[in-house]
Amino acid sequence: MATLGELAKLIRSKNAGPFNLTFDVMFDEEETYRRVVESNVLTKEVFCRLYNLAEDKVLLVHHDDARAIKISIPRPVFSCDLEDADCYGGQQFGPLVGIEVPDP
Amino acid sequence: MEARVLSPCGVIGSGFPESSFERGLSMKPHVIACDGGSTDNGPAFLGAGMPNFSRSATKRDLKLMLQGRESLGVPVIVGSCGTGGGDAGLEWMRDICLEIAREEELSFKLALVRGEQDKAYLKKRYKEGRILALDPAPPIDEEIIENSTHIVGMMGDEPIARALDEGADVVLTGRASDTSVFACHPVRMGADRGLSWHAAKILECGAACAVHRARPDGCFAWIRDDHFVVEPLNPQMYCTPQSVASHTLYENTDPFFITEPAGVLDTSRSAYSAESERAVRVAGSEFHTAERYSIKLEGAELVGYQSVIIGGVRDPMILKQLDPWLDGIREGFEARVQEIFPDRETPPAYQLHIRVFGRDAVMGTLEPEAGRIPHEVGVLFEVTAEDQVSANTMASTLAHFALHYPIPEWGGLISTLAFPFTPAELEKGPVYRFNLNHVVYPDDPYEMFPSEMMEVAN
Repeated sequence: MATLGELAKLIRSKNAGPFNLTFDVMFDEEETYRRVVESNVLTKEVFCRLYNLAEDKVLLVHHDDARAIKISIPRPVFSCDLEDADCYGGQQFGPLVGIEVPDP
Repeated sequence: MEARVLSPCGVIGSGFPESSFERGLSMKPHVIACDGGSTDNGPAFLGAGMPNFSRSATKRDLKLMLQGRESLGVPVIVGSCGTGGGDAGLEWMRDICLEIAREEELSFKLALVRGEQDKAYLKKRYKEGRILALDPAPPIDEEIIENSTHIVGMMGDEPIARALDEGADVVLTGRASDTSVFACHPVRMGADRGLSWHAAKILECGAACAVHRARPDGCFAWIRDDHFVVEPLNPQMYCTPQSVASHTLYENTDPFFITEPAGVLDTSRSAYSAESERAVRVAGSEFHTAERYSIKLEGAELVGYQSVIIGGVRDPMILKQLDPWLDGIREGFEARVQEIFPDRETPPAYQLHIRVFGRDAVMGTLEPEAGRIPHEVGVLFEVTAEDQVSANTMASTLAHFALHYPIPEWGGLISTLAFPFTPAELEKGPVYRFNLNHVVYPDDPYEMFPSEMMEVAN
């Protein structure tokens, strides 16, 4: 068993404009990328459960050339509105880091 | 066909090594282009019309670009001037540009293409049903347009191309789509639109497409008939097919379909391969022209004036009942506010936001571990009022009120918050919010972006 944080080259979040957030989980090796995708540990359903979101607004794509899983969501609070605390959206990925990936 | 584009860095003012830029010039670009703005750093920049990068850092970068232009005789384009891309930012960059021209004795034809929007025009388009909300978007009406401090439209490549057609050597623009600034000249030279826009998408972030971007630096692209090649300018950096493919992920919701004013860049069939140890070849990118030409709007409005307090809580007794304690402060303070403005019939309206760092301040409703309280937390109190004096008055009262707010477990006066500063409250100044995520359907790509031409002679 390994965590996504141990297997990924980079896990990050960022604004995609002030109204959307996007999450990138990127891998160096094709084999690791395939292992994570096929394990289904990071799906729309898992993400929504973790982040307490409804699935209909969530976009999840597999970008094979980038060896990346990408998830985009509308921001629950728009960037820099009074309730927002993460202007760049750069610190929203934390809960993904500890996701466990079964051994191949 | 080959169109060569030099991107010195991801944003003007962030800097680049002169050696990288020299190398870029030696590869004979047809255009030197750079982006100058973003919404990333929040609505304060558009709202207040202030630039994110310093004048001196911006001047240094622009000077090198103008000198490079002079040596090669190719155009320089700087998009989204002054961060927000409103008139204030464009005029700021214009003045820096004219100052450099004077000091370095440079002469050129300078075009300014404005991105700031006329409120009467937008209200007219709104009434015509030609302003539509993207998803998600804040609500819009004529009052919201009127109350915005600044609204900009994100121009496409056409107004910039027109300035070049009219003979401009240097084009400074208001808010522009980052990619327009780079796609403009290749498209004008007859390069394939899919390849030009995809190359532009990579160029706009400078060396961000490299595997390790050690510092802000630049990138070069060769756009040819059926492919383009990108390479970082710094010989110590390199791109791989994966690093270039990854770049469409950055800051985009959908990496395969990227919307521009005239249509959609489609990278879903793009193929990435190594051209050399440092350069990557990309083929197969397409551009699909939209049925209707659209311009994205960005707007900022003033929310109020803020004063904030930072404090730490380490008392296990308070941490056990953190929310009830904070609710008590909130309620008690509301009553206290009634007393501190004796000269006013009603106290000024205010909003109080309390964030608990260590628990859920960063992620709010997205935080799965919001129930866990650590051994200490940081508390940020934000008072937002209609004027600065009221915000400061309330914050100084709040700091004292919260400091001694009791809990039942302790009998006697307590000091509940560790303040790292004196005075505990900090004046934060005006606060803005983004109030538009909408598109306009104009009659043509030019009507929202008036331009003027200046002859700079030294």
